[in-house]
Amino acid sequence: MIPPGSIAIVGAAETTELGVIPHLSEIGLHADAALNAMAETGLKPKDIDGLACVGPMRPQMLAHYLGLTPKWVDGTGVGGCSFMLHVRHAAAAIHAGYCSTVLITHGESGRSRVAAMPRLVEPGSLAGQFEMPFGPMGPPTLFPIPVLRYMKTYGVTHEQLAMVAVIQREWAAKNPRAMFRDPITVEDVLNSRMIAYPFRLLQCCLVTDGGGALILTSADRAKDFPTRPVYILGSGESVETPMVSQMQDFTSSRAFRVAGPEAFRMAGITHKDVDHLMIYDAFAHLPLYGLEDLGFVPRGEAARFIWDRNTAPGGKLPVNTNGGGLSYTHTGMYGMFALQESVRQVRGTAPAQVPNVRISVCHGVGGMFGASGTIVLGRERP
Amino acid sequence: MTLPPGRARPEPTPETKHFWDGTRAGEIRLQRCTDCAKPYFPPRPFCPTCGSRKVEVFVASGRARLYSYVIHHRPVPGFTPPYAIAVVELEEGPRMMTNIVDCPQTPEALVLDMPLEAVFVPMDDTITLPLFRPAKDAASR
Repeated sequence: MIPPGSIAIVGAAETTELGVIPHLSEIGLHADAALNAMAETGLKPKDIDGLACVGPMRPQMLAHYLGLTPKWVDGTGVGGCSFMLHVRHAAAAIHAGYCSTVLITHGESGRSRVAAMPRLVEPGSLAGQFEMPFGPMGPPTLFPIPVLRYMKTYGVTHEQLAMVAVIQREWAAKNPRAMFRDPITVEDVLNSRMIAYPFRLLQCCLVTDGGGALILTSADRAKDFPTRPVYILGSGESVETPMVSQMQDFTSSRAFRVAGPEAFRMAGITHKDVDHLMIYDAFAHLPLYGLEDLGFVPRGEAARFIWDRNTAPGGKLPVNTNGGGLSYTHTGMYGMFALQESVRQVRGTAPAQVPNVRISVCHGVGGMFGASGTIVLGRERP
Repeated sequence: MTLPPGRARPEPTPETKHFWDGTRAGEIRLQRCTDCAKPYFPPRPFCPTCGSRKVEVFVASGRARLYSYVIHHRPVPGFTPPYAIAVVELEEGPRMMTNIVDCPQTPEALVLDMPLEAVFVPMDDTITLPLFRPAKDAASR
């Protein structure tokens, strides 16, 4: 196992603009974020010898575009949490000596769709045969499919699920780069346009353009960079199924229950050590599943935990402090932005900075509960 | 009952042909492992629990309960919103995505765990979709 803290994030940047960026194609968004992260570290293309990005943006497309000659690449594509897996894989590769400096990028023209990669389901795939004929149209119709079962199992109310969006908007209000910053109430959420019952517009993520990039190297080298190193203490990953209808348990994600505890085990931490938490929130139920499946609260108690303002500004466990996919930004694969916020919080540079964040946990989901990745980041090298 | 045009059309593969032959014949054909006896769905020529290739096709009862759903309010080719995209749990255990027909597409009418029965609705000459409706003999079950 990699000793906790032996690899560090030394570069972390988002695209210069965020939200609506019609003047950049998808690969241009990757490049903008990558150049911003490289500028922060003082690195040039010749200094990068590892590259990870999520297919269908293949590593060779980006290596060529950016002028890189990598000797290690990772094109793992499991949806919006692919970047958590890239961080985990890159840490292993650096530790193994396969490469020394890894660039991980994300760029997605989710809103403007400028030279965007197609989103197709092959009609002969299992999802193409056994889900698509019944009328799903993208994540808003698929991701919330388990919600009613969760609500019935645990007695969760529509008001409680609305509160998730309300509290995340409180965080977004503190963040000048957040797309939506005006305060909202539970009534506002429950009066917003119905998208796919039980979820309304304000319980669904934004659709934006943007990107982000991370640069990782060994902790021993990290002290030579101008930025404050953010150490990787632990990581976990898993996949379950590409079909939400085939999840083993509609009230819990198996992939979460594998990835989360593995990251905690590697890092050698317990829940009380966690100062800050990001849970990928494409839709309002995901923070509930994340809080429970990562073991922060017992099963069925996350809605009350959020309602009681534990995750809100001033609460004991700040969650999704950038405003999340619901209010900050959501390009389609939001995991990169969750990682960026965890890095900012550990560095102490977040717009809505939580005091004295020593450990941040960043938890991602991909493809309608299909995949998961968890990263534990720390301010100090153990 | 016939379906309006526009739905995404499933493309059977050699491994799933028995299922789509079944729906055209008015049956839900599941598979089960002859080593560990566990029924499973979606189709594949081996058991996803124990890995055995010794599997058989059997005809399910067509009875199910409503497990979870969303009601989509935006237009999609082949559908008139609002319409429910549902997951049902078959009496034999496996769950499948489907639509609920002969029932208002409202939260009040679509009650979790309500008993359902399969109906087989042709999409074209070769594809028949398994849909579900409220069970007619619910009172006797």
